[in-house]
Amino acid sequence: MSVRQVLRAATVVASLAFVAPASAQTLRYANQGVLNSLDPYTLNESTTHAHLGHVYEGLIARDQDLKIVPGLAESWETPEPTRWRFHLRKGVKFHDGTPFTADDVVFSADRIRKPGSNLQTRIAADVKVVKVDDHTVDFILTSPNPILNSQWDTWYIVSKKWAEANNVVDPTPAAATTPSYASLHENGTGPFMIESHQPGVKTVFKANPNWWRKPEHNLKEIIFTPISSDATRVAALLSGEVDVIEPVPLQDIARVDSSPNAQVLKGPEIRTIFLGMDQIRDELLYSNIKGKNPFKDVRVREAFYRAIDVEAIKSRVMRGLSTPSALMIAPQLYKLHGEFKRAKYDPDAAKKLLADAGYADGFEVTMDCPNDRYVNDAAICQAVVGMLARIGVKVNLLAQPKAQYFAKVLNTGGYQTSFYLLGWTPGTSDAHNVLYEIMGCRNDPKSSRGQANLGGYCNKTLDEVAAKVLVETDTAKRDQLIKQGFEIEQKDFGYIPLHQQALAWGVSKKVKLRQRADNQVLLYWASKQD
Amino acid sequence: MLAFTLRRAFQAIGVMFAVGIIAFSMFRFAGDPVSQIVSIDTPPAERAAVRKSLGLDDPVVVQFARYFGNAVQFKFGMSYQFRQPVANLLMERMPATLELATVATIISMVFGILMGVYTALKRDTWLAKLFQMVSLIGISLPTFLIGILLIYLFAVTLGWLPSFGRGEVVKIGWWSTGLLTVSGLKAIIMPAITLGLFQMTLIMRLVRAEMLEVLRTDYIRFARARGLTTRAIHFGHALKNTLVPVITVAGLQFGTVIAFSIITETVFQWPGMGLMFVQAIQNVDIPIMAAYLLTVSLIFVTINLVVDILYTVVDPRLRSTVSRPH
Repeated sequence: MSVRQVLRAATVVASLAFVAPASAQTLRYANQGVLNSLDPYTLNESTTHAHLGHVYEGLIARDQDLKIVPGLAESWETPEPTRWRFHLRKGVKFHDGTPFTADDVVFSADRIRKPGSNLQTRIAADVKVVKVDDHTVDFILTSPNPILNSQWDTWYIVSKKWAEANNVVDPTPAAATTPSYASLHENGTGPFMIESHQPGVKTVFKANPNWWRKPEHNLKEIIFTPISSDATRVAALLSGEVDVIEPVPLQDIARVDSSPNAQVLKGPEIRTIFLGMDQIRDELLYSNIKGKNPFKDVRVREAFYRAIDVEAIKSRVMRGLSTPSALMIAPQLYKLHGEFKRAKYDPDAAKKLLADAGYADGFEVTMDCPNDRYVNDAAICQAVVGMLARIGVKVNLLAQPKAQYFAKVLNTGGYQTSFYLLGWTPGTSDAHNVLYEIMGCRNDPKSSRGQANLGGYCNKTLDEVAAKVLVETDTAKRDQLIKQGFEIEQKDFGYIPLHQQALAWGVSKKVKLRQRADNQVLLYWASKQD
Repeated sequence: MLAFTLRRAFQAIGVMFAVGIIAFSMFRFAGDPVSQIVSIDTPPAERAAVRKSLGLDDPVVVQFARYFGNAVQFKFGMSYQFRQPVANLLMERMPATLELATVATIISMVFGILMGVYTALKRDTWLAKLFQMVSLIGISLPTFLIGILLIYLFAVTLGWLPSFGRGEVVKIGWWSTGLLTVSGLKAIIMPAITLGLFQMTLIMRLVRAEMLEVLRTDYIRFARARGLTTRAIHFGHALKNTLVPVITVAGLQFGTVIAFSIITETVFQWPGMGLMFVQAIQNVDIPIMAAYLLTVSLIFVTINLVVDILYTVVDPRLRSTVSRPH
């Protein structure tokens, strides 16, 4: 061995020693919301999915750019358009030591579709799940579905044996009458195990030493505390008592950034904030125009669209932290997003359009708005009120807490709204969800189409396009079909998209963490220095 | 005496019943629990199933009967958001609230009395004037603002005290206490001061006024004439007579302290009943809201009952007028 080789070897050894993880760390994390039930099928909500994503895993996973990557399934293929075959990873163990097999996948597929599960739509009811061997599972569909697995990163696999032993074969329903074992205990395959869980107070996660993947974090434990008060949460970060907080309120971003020990991670979120108008009733519920519905006239909708200055909302209301959007879907979720442009802000043209439609003097309408759901939601609505006043429309703003707001405007409340603000993240991370749930006609009571289409916007051509999108397996063709769908809606001015709000996480300077655009705080990618 | 106690007990039950009715009628305006339980893209059929399983489809009268029938047996049902029995959750959270309220009351009593005595005896010193000013602040500033100011001063700027939570707790049977660990004691200081500040100023002003009143009475003058030491006069005679109304007020205020702890607990993320109540309102968790309101009114009613009974024990004149006809 030459001297040079020795030196090189020594350097390699030295550098290895240098990059070896420092002593395992404790990371403290505070979120404004609480973690309630640990049963992964109780609540379909992204913060809960993020928490439970530390202990449970799905067949697929999504990486830091939201790309689908193998999870508990090593690989998969579609031998026929209606049959998907998943090859499961070998040697994976649940936290209690039971090996993970095809039985657990079949069991979880049944469990997630049982009454009481809030995630029943993860797998359609007519999908047959068949065990081929211990590490192969087939999903047999009645019609092709190119996005079958797109939401399976949060279809967490539950151990069959554990569920049977602890009497939690059925998911913990919303209206449980007895406490469920699964709501206080977990048994996943993920990088962390829950050591203690006091709902609404504190949850302690311990690193799983037997995780099948090589950890990218250097943590030995995560202590999660909900802190609902904005000021206290920020104070806890600034004083170093917690290492990561979500969210940082917009007004505190500058202060956190100027502090010596923390900073704000900012980025666009994939939730789209938009305005909707009741176009289905013959007379608006809350307006001074009687006998007809002004929103049925496309000119009125265009006038509203053109009267709203999204750039002003961005700079004045959102303090620069929003991305104005031409589409009802975020750019991260749709490749051809860039080909769309917003109709220009033009209050004069808007006024003329209103006059052409027969409302030269404007009219009155009530706007429904949540005030504790989205970033600065009520302030956005106030800005909208001001902008519409400029074209002569008098908007009476009804801003309420989300509990009252959703009770009024959603399907179950009878869609009692004439004009509203809503935010939407397609659960499937795919455009079809938007075309179907938000833009689909509400005319078929048997289907779930258009159930989040609170204003009842309807264009039958769009529905036909959406149906084609669902079964098209060729990606390029599919993207073109989606484009067609969005173009139809844009021409109709069915909705007024505003922006994607920004994510703001407060992170201690000791912590390295990457932000994912779906606002899931995933600390198994975090590393912390001493 | 027995008749008096019974009558008061019946009144207390009446109050509880009224609180129950008011609380129940309020819940109908709290929003839709179902939209808080399920996610926004949950299909209507599934929502309807949840609604049915919660019994929200039944007629109002049936719902009220069920709610009340369970409440009198201290069965508050299952929390919508936690999927745990509400009674357990309350028991788990109650020690935190009671400890906070007790420490706050003790702090407010000790400092309130000391400052009250001082301001009464040395009216014109600059320290007395400072105390008066502090008391003005305590009365006029809202609790949450004081809490946030304290957090920024002692947690963020100075880094002496934790900004949230209860620190480490020790379990003694079902009771969890934070008073036995250093971090627990550090954690309780700011919330207790925030919560007790209003009471403290109240007690200080009360003691000061009473003290000034007592110092003018004849027996104090006679005591002075007899040549007793100033110390004996002030603390042996004057202060003792001042304390009767102070203790009454502090006792009655204890219920208020518990009820007011909602705000303090929210600011400091103190894991007590008040914080749970606020979370329950946001999530329209009716079983928790109902149980909390009834528990707090039970505490109020009990304290009042005890004070009423104590009065008659302390003051025989009261007893004879209410229990025995002349």
